[in-house]
Amino acid sequence: MNRQIVRLTYVSLALVGVLVVMTTYWQTWAAAGLADRQDNAIRRVAEFSVDRGLIFSWQPRRRLARNVERTVDGRTLFFRRYPYGRLAAHVVGYSTAGRSRTGLERSLNDYLTASNANLSTIVDKALDELRGKPVEGNDVVLNLDLDAQRVALEELGTQCGAVVALDPRTGKVRVMVSSPGFDPNLVEESFQRISRITADCRPASPLLNRASAGLYVPGSTFKVITASAALEAKKFTPDSSFVDPGYCTVYGKRVNNFDTSSPFGTIDLENALVHSVNSVFCNVGLKLGAKLILDTAKRFGFYERPPLESPADERLPSGLYENRRLYYPRLDSDVDAGRMAFGQERMLVTPLQMAMVAGAIGVGGRLLEPQVVDRIVTPGRRVIVQQRPVLIRRAVSRETADAVARMMRLAVERGTGTAAQISGYSVGGKTGTGETGVPGSNTTWFIAFAGRDEETPPELAIAVVLQNQSGTGGTTAAPIARAVMEALLRTTANP
Amino acid sequence: MTARNRELAGLLLAAVIAGVALASVTIARDAGVSARALTYGALFLTLYLVAHVVIRRTVPYADGALLPLTAVLTAFGLTLNYRLDPDDGGRQALWVLIGVGVLAATLVALRHDYRVLESYRYLFGVVAVVLLLLPSAPGLGEEVNGARLWVHVGPLQFQPGELAKIFLILFLAGYLREKREVIAQGRLKDFGPLFAIWGAAMLVIVQTNDLGSALLNFGIFLAMLYVATGRALFVAAGLALFVGGAALLYNALQHVQERVTIWLHPWTDERVYCALNGRLEFRQDCASYQLVKSLYSIANGGFGGTGLGEGTFTSTDGATLIPYLRTDFIYSAVAQELGLVGAAALLLVFMLFAVRGMRVALRAQDGFSKLLAAGLTFGFALQTFIIVGGVLRVVPLTGITLPFVSYGGTSIVANFLMLAGLLLVSHRASEPR
Repeated sequence: MNRQIVRLTYVSLALVGVLVVMTTYWQTWAAAGLADRQDNAIRRVAEFSVDRGLIFSWQPRRRLARNVERTVDGRTLFFRRYPYGRLAAHVVGYSTAGRSRTGLERSLNDYLTASNANLSTIVDKALDELRGKPVEGNDVVLNLDLDAQRVALEELGTQCGAVVALDPRTGKVRVMVSSPGFDPNLVEESFQRISRITADCRPASPLLNRASAGLYVPGSTFKVITASAALEAKKFTPDSSFVDPGYCTVYGKRVNNFDTSSPFGTIDLENALVHSVNSVFCNVGLKLGAKLILDTAKRFGFYERPPLESPADERLPSGLYENRRLYYPRLDSDVDAGRMAFGQERMLVTPLQMAMVAGAIGVGGRLLEPQVVDRIVTPGRRVIVQQRPVLIRRAVSRETADAVARMMRLAVERGTGTAAQISGYSVGGKTGTGETGVPGSNTTWFIAFAGRDEETPPELAIAVVLQNQSGTGGTTAAPIARAVMEALLRTTANP
Repeated sequence: MTARNRELAGLLLAAVIAGVALASVTIARDAGVSARALTYGALFLTLYLVAHVVIRRTVPYADGALLPLTAVLTAFGLTLNYRLDPDDGGRQALWVLIGVGVLAATLVALRHDYRVLESYRYLFGVVAVVLLLLPSAPGLGEEVNGARLWVHVGPLQFQPGELAKIFLILFLAGYLREKREVIAQGRLKDFGPLFAIWGAAMLVIVQTNDLGSALLNFGIFLAMLYVATGRALFVAAGLALFVGGAALLYNALQHVQERVTIWLHPWTDERVYCALNGRLEFRQDCASYQLVKSLYSIANGGFGGTGLGEGTFTSTDGATLIPYLRTDFIYSAVAQELGLVGAAALLLVFMLFAVRGMRVALRAQDGFSKLLAAGLTFGFALQTFIIVGGVLRVVPLTGITLPFVSYGGTSIVANFLMLAGLLLVSHRASEPR
């Protein structure tokens, strides 16, 4: 029987040997793949064992995100609290055990959990682990002005819309608000209450960051780009004169002005923008062709995701859309250039993009990267990331930008945007009313820039969008833009 | 150096391992070496020294490696059970104490000649079958996790399957020793008992849904049949019958079907029907939750492990991640806290035990002893393979215990009985006559 027993020994050893091999497989080969799986609760516990970095607003000592410690099974875990609730909810996002992450909590997760590759972070983390202390994440300081955020949210009220304000000289985003907002503290505790939020639009989509991921018909705000294209191509000047019959004919169809009752008669390009005359821009568009206008739009950042520190899928590119996808026309005749020239056709834009357009016009054509993060600091107060202004490109020439800026200033001085006047400041703006075809459901806009006077580069650019409006951009959006700009200019005047 | 002195040295080493392991658990959990850990270490050593003394007095020529290896395995088990639940750790220690008592009693009772057992072989066979079917008896059995394994008698509960295994091996050793020549001739009428056993194994599956125990017992039977007859064809035929029978039963038994589905496709990309709550869920959140969470636990260990007491076994809200962690899934706790190094070390101890056990079988002089030792050892190795293999997704997962390591009284006692058998056989083989 001994021969059989020896063979049985080999079988026994082989059986246990298989176990060694498979253990090795799971612990080495397969380990990384398993760690990345959504339902891996162990990984989640590890992430919540990190004393996550704090998030501060531009005003010092205002913590937009902080931690509360809780001991679970002999282990200290750190859970997020958002003391300012909905004030910066869309930008900061949330980090929860149950529903993963959004906003900067997602895109900056590596920094916040000290998993970034900076040498000092790696050393600090290793020391923490050796001492048995919880690993401390890096803190993030934002450019957001909380007081202005509050003003913007209050002004929006129950209306659906968004406000983006930035410093066009540096790209620092000072306000980024989307309405309706939500309290990120509720995401974990009672998500039901967030899904029950209502506003003046359906669905209310409180979690959507309309400021960078909401697509809207730009309406007349797009005329800023058409005008830039017209001047840049040197086919028109501000003094080019047109006859406004109150409508324009595209492919045999009439396109009416917003108010057809009082045609302007003979009018130059400058005044056409000041009074937002559709027929003029329609003819300009037909003359320029779709390709030229789109090329200019691309110079302003259309057809790319605006660079911002938030997650890529929370930022959408602006441009022509068809079936929810960016549409790239091949021929000039694919696009109705006349209607596109005043912001109809299939053109859809984000408020962030339009703030960038207004800002670039204000500062002489230079398009800067919008940045919501100012710096990232280690627990030991060492700055590991300091954001600096980044020029994306010169969108249009200085002459073109200044000429369009002058038109926008006149629009606020005596045109459609008078509601945005601020005493002591030079404001240039453009209203917009995107018609959706249903009465009372227009998308209204106001984009603007504001500076001390006409000579100094503006310190602010803003875009306000409102959904489901019966009024015009000048009566609905411009007052909100003014209120937010005033709040921001107040703080920059006495920092 | 005699076997007994080697055994003593091995036990001291095992006690050091147990002491260090318990100390690191208490350091991790209470931030300091508590006196309790040291007390436990000392008690552990004392207990095994008592076993050592009993062996010295009853079976002085027995193999000297088996008891230290057992001590190391129970040290793993005690440490992890204590780390996962201090109260259960205490109860497990009590069971090890009882196990050592059973070991001592068995050695004392059978020290002159254990071969008297051979004459009770048919009684053992009947006892084994009765024990196997006990959990399905109305009023006694309880269904846990889809399988009926437990028996309740008043306040006591035990898993008769663990004990049935020992009795089955005793029966087979006696029966095959007697009939091996006639069976080896391969005449159909001698295969009556083979078919009877096969039928019983299938009956056990049907009655108790206990695929693991059926596989284990049938595997032991085939291995002993092979050792007795040397006919690999019998093994092949037996395997074919088992697989064929299982395939037939597969369609009839939902429990078995589900186990196989979980084994082949633990993760789904789409939501499938979940029998637990009647809704559509990802399978990893429903039927294969346990297996998948256990794989995450193993993967989290990596090469060096998280360290004793530092593993993650609860989610962020404090809920237990892996059900049955201390019994069926103790290996995934080992793998996470001790990593590949520790898990491989544990498996190496199992291998060493298997090699020593087979060596006992080789050195035994009579057929009954050889079959008994080989059967006990192979049962030990196969049981390890079935449960750890289930946890590692090598075979479908079934609920049986990891010998000496899992939490559970019946299992500990049964395995000390197995150890007693091996010690008795090896003593007789090496005894100068």
